[in-house]
Amino acid sequence: MSDAGAAAVTLARPTEAPRRRSALGRLAGGNWLAVAAALALLIAVLAAVLAPWLPLADPDAVDTPHRLRPPLSPGHALGTDEFGRDLLARLVWGARVSLAAGVASAAAAMLIGVTLGILGGFYTGWIETLIMRLTDILMAFPYVLLAIAIVAGLGPGLRNAMVAIAIVGFPLYTRLVRGVVLSLREREFVEAARALGASDAVILGRHVLPHLLSPVIVAFSLDVGAKILATAGLSFLGLGTQPPTADWGSMLATGRQFVILSPHVVLLPGLAIFVIVLALNLVGDALRDVLDPRAAQR
Amino acid sequence: MRRYLARRLLLLVPVLAGVSVIIFMVLHLSPGDPAEIMLGSQATKEDLARLRTDLGLNEPLHVQYLKWIGHVVHGDLGRSLWMKRPVLGEVLTRFRATLLLTATALLLSTIIGVALGVAAATRPNSMLDRLSAVASLFGASMPSFWLGIVLMVVFALQLGWLPASGMYAPHGGGDLRDLLSHLVLPAVTLAAASVTIVARLTRSAMLETLGQDYVRTARAKGVSNRAVVLRHGLSNALVPIVTVVGVQAGYLLGGAVLTETVFAWPGVGTLMVQGILARDFPLVQGCVLIVALSFVLVNLAVDLLYAWLDPRIRYE
Repeated sequence: MSDAGAAAVTLARPTEAPRRRSALGRLAGGNWLAVAAALALLIAVLAAVLAPWLPLADPDAVDTPHRLRPPLSPGHALGTDEFGRDLLARLVWGARVSLAAGVASAAAAMLIGVTLGILGGFYTGWIETLIMRLTDILMAFPYVLLAIAIVAGLGPGLRNAMVAIAIVGFPLYTRLVRGVVLSLREREFVEAARALGASDAVILGRHVLPHLLSPVIVAFSLDVGAKILATAGLSFLGLGTQPPTADWGSMLATGRQFVILSPHVVLLPGLAIFVIVLALNLVGDALRDVLDPRAAQR
Repeated sequence: MRRYLARRLLLLVPVLAGVSVIIFMVLHLSPGDPAEIMLGSQATKEDLARLRTDLGLNEPLHVQYLKWIGHVVHGDLGRSLWMKRPVLGEVLTRFRATLLLTATALLLSTIIGVALGVAAATRPNSMLDRLSAVASLFGASMPSFWLGIVLMVVFALQLGWLPASGMYAPHGGGDLRDLLSHLVLPAVTLAAASVTIVARLTRSAMLETLGQDYVRTARAKGVSNRAVVLRHGLSNALVPIVTVVGVQAGYLLGGAVLTETVFAWPGVGTLMVQGILARDFPLVQGCVLIVALSFVLVNLAVDLLYAWLDPRIRYE
């Protein structure tokens, strides 16, 4: 590439490094709620990752004589469930499943959505029509309903639930990214790169992709919480994680029958979902304030 | 307006065609033989062959789709394998219950959400405004099915004020009062998240319109605060509010599945989940079709409402 081309590249690149430093600085400096939320998330992720090495009881070990013990019982800090299984251990192991399912389905939705959004925004003609009509049709369904319908076809199970959630989730990213790409396509630096003979791959990779980072990171950080809620919802309906595997949604579903005797078997997994999703939303909001201040003001 | 309506109805055709293809494909997503999945591993070869013939599974995919859509257009959604009854009648009966629940929740979220949003916008940074911001964050983070269980434990099981589940009392119920008392908890559960979303959007739409020049002019002319907020503010903020209420209608139709399961509400959502667990594909397809169709119609109604509220939209 010529010098002029290199100049165009330099001009086109958003100033990511200083922005990120200021993001971290502002996260740590002013927004204490977001810092607390980030800490809560960090603890949850660490507990989930380190679960096999933590001094926890076997989450699947049945102990019927000690069923439905209240929190702070000897040997069971958070009590036991209807089969006498340790609730703390099941919550921590459940965090592995729930967090991984949320992140994986949001990541899959993001990858599919961003790819289709770039293609739909950059190429006019039948590619754009096909992608946007598919997106329109998927968005013509209520979100949860379509996920349930897809699980109906694939069969209940965590993996299928994640696939379903990723499929119903990608149109959000496609629309977001296409909008940004459509506006970038007409910008001078893209035209300059094209005039200098840069290939589509170079234009997309070097000039378009960096501009997508901020909106996509913000959307993703807010989306993980929504995906955790959706996975938990499917598990609650018996369409996600299957017994005896612990995940927060299925723990809520099975504990529901014992809610009068032992409310903690329902309250604790629900509280875990609530706190984690709240923390994700707070961190997502803080990220948006820093990376996309105009959207935050709206 | 008529031309606009005709154009919108015409645009409905490709969307409905796409929706029907997706619903049809649901049956064919499964990696194995749908007949074997539906009847289970215990089924005899004769049973499998009969079901394949009944559902037309031996024919090419496009032929199967065309036959299926032909039946659907004539109101035939097939027979439920599990209930041994025509799907349409069963789904429509259940859909009435879903519609009642969703409409009540939508009404609640619109009335409370708009009132909260207007109040927050007229007093920015007040305690009410801040509380509404916190509530909106909580609403977006709380699993509705968990909220439903908590409300059920508190108001039905502990305080005994309201019934815990179902649509009517099993003995001696059946009147309007009985129905309304059963409706309160599921409708509040379903509406909770929407209230906060409608309130936040109403607030931002109102703040925008209240900052306009014509509002300042109205105030300068000595128009009362009430008239400024309602006539000049709210009526001009209606288009974005209608948008979010329309989106919420779809969200509530889908989200009703979880609320119905918590409260054993005999709606289309519980029927669909039962259908999935029983591997009754015609029933599941029927449920999805009816809800998706109503969602598309709600979106159409919202579009028409825009055009009525803002005549500029009709001429675009």
